[in-house]
Amino acid sequence: MNPVQVIEGRVSVLDRADVDTDQIIPKQFLKRVERTGFGEFLFHDWAKEPGWDLPSAPILAAGRNFGCGSSREHAPWALQDYGFAAVVAPSFADIFYSNCTKIGLLPVVLADDEVRALMDAGEARIDLDAQTVSFAGGEARFEIDQETKRRLLNGLDDIGLTLQSADAIEAYEAERERSGPVTTAL
Amino acid sequence: MPSTLFDKIWESHEVAPGLVYIDLHLVHEVTSPQAFDGLRLAGRTVRRPDRTLATADHNVPTDGSTAAAQIRDKLSRVQVETLERNCREFGIPIHSIGSANQGIVHVIGPELGVTQPGMTIVCGDSHTSTHGAFGALAFGIGTSEVEHVLATQTLQQQKPRSMRISYSGELGFGVTAKDLALGTIGRIGTSGGVGHVIEYAGAPIRELSMEGRMTVCNMTIEGGGRAGMIAPDETTFEWVLGRAGAPAELPEEWRGLSTDEGAAFDTEVEIDASAISPQVTWGTTPAQVTDVTGTVPEPGDESEERALAYMDLEPGTPIAEIRLDRVFIGSCTNSRIGDLRAAAEVVKGRRVASGVDAMVVPGSQMVKAQAEAEGLDEVFRAAGFDWRSAGCSMCLGMNPDTLAPGERCASTSNRNFEGRQGRGGRTHLVSPQMAAAAAVEGRFVDIRSWS
Repeated sequence: MNPVQVIEGRVSVLDRADVDTDQIIPKQFLKRVERTGFGEFLFHDWAKEPGWDLPSAPILAAGRNFGCGSSREHAPWALQDYGFAAVVAPSFADIFYSNCTKIGLLPVVLADDEVRALMDAGEARIDLDAQTVSFAGGEARFEIDQETKRRLLNGLDDIGLTLQSADAIEAYEAERERSGPVTTAL
Repeated sequence: MPSTLFDKIWESHEVAPGLVYIDLHLVHEVTSPQAFDGLRLAGRTVRRPDRTLATADHNVPTDGSTAAAQIRDKLSRVQVETLERNCREFGIPIHSIGSANQGIVHVIGPELGVTQPGMTIVCGDSHTSTHGAFGALAFGIGTSEVEHVLATQTLQQQKPRSMRISYSGELGFGVTAKDLALGTIGRIGTSGGVGHVIEYAGAPIRELSMEGRMTVCNMTIEGGGRAGMIAPDETTFEWVLGRAGAPAELPEEWRGLSTDEGAAFDTEVEIDASAISPQVTWGTTPAQVTDVTGTVPEPGDESEERALAYMDLEPGTPIAEIRLDRVFIGSCTNSRIGDLRAAAEVVKGRRVASGVDAMVVPGSQMVKAQAEAEGLDEVFRAAGFDWRSAGCSMCLGMNPDTLAPGERCASTSNRNFEGRQGRGGRTHLVSPQMAAAAAVEGRFVDIRSWS
């Protein structure tokens, strides 16, 4: 994962609530076994509607409960591949939010009126370290878990970090191994 | 200090602060290939293949194919073959297409007895919440996390908040676990549970069968919840014990898996189950739902306007006047033997209305075999239903089972999102009984007064 520090530039606006992952990347594109190349299919069905306008930009601003539905990481992959580096919304679905942080697509939660102001401003600068979003006419502060922030700022590999605790995992298994059949015994 | 069921499972699985041990990792073909690639690239192995179980479900055709090589769609075939190859390479047990144990991952886990009380269970699938019905902490993860669990058997997690939804009263005649779930989402909204692990409690929950409890926990994610759970009791123990992957006798620690008197939740919700009627969704989120006796509402905002336009519905139209083209009985929400028995009871001796195309897709090959042993397949076939083989099927249409643009479907699945069952398709979520009756009448009917 590449480090995430400052994200700056145009804001693309998707002013809809409950945007689900089926819209972000419809199921027919989940059949691919690769991790890249999903950007061209982003919002595949909605993009066919008259008046659809979602230019590639560093920042996407959207309505509440963004990313609800399935756990498909293909949704953040598609958004990132399309060009977005941050998504700002009044709220996110849990799994989607977590998936974003794993790939370095920064999810930012702001209040409704702040998201609205950001949409109107059209351009912004997000500073992860300072936890601020600045735009013409205002600045907003956002919350983020400090451990998640540290990993994003430094582009750390989650698995590598966890494997540093291999001894603790081994000790846990030695002490708390469940009794009964295992899956390989079926 | 008194603690919740969620607290107890969480605390007994913390390897280190923010690092949770995973007892069972379920894997399917759609969200895993990139995770296995990641392992290969980094030269890593799977830490606990014996705590991992794979199946093919999303892509499998339900036409009775018995090998991946028979899948006509090339991308689907490659994805299933890739899973089979990855499982061979990493030593993971797999029940793929053709296996007597194959089926929807959230149906076969419990059925094989590998889903057990007190466990932490994850899968690269949002409906992993289903397994919480057994008093497990179970939730969906993304592909990066799938790779993390494969490599370390742990997950980095901040502890979510806790919520208890307590039901009072009792479910009325003809009102099912699905109606309870939809009615709950209608009340709390699509993001009502965000950030929370939800424990379902109260007499109406205790009285549900395991299938009903799985339906309720399955739909947790549609209300935004991270996980849903129900404390295990005699119903649970009786269902689990003796299954292939489960202990033969009751482990003593299972009895302690409940919320202590006086334990505090971050959020408490109370719902009168007696007030819930059979539910039908009218829009494009599961929270856009109403009673079968109701009407399509006036749109309250832009989202609802959009939903009504997509669904091609006029405000004020009685739900019972909505005519259907298709009926789908299946999915990880409602495809278990209890669901099929209930639907068969409704259609027995009746015929699917002309112009309606109706299908039943058992959740697993074991459910299919059990249903056939009971003659349910004959009941469905005699009524004009298409009796299929196991898989996710038209819940999301990654296989050939899809809606055509404009088709309207009564579905026992979990999502009525735009295009979910096929581009331009219109989905109404209902219980198996309501779907079965709708197939017979060609429109929605109130199962309580229908005969």
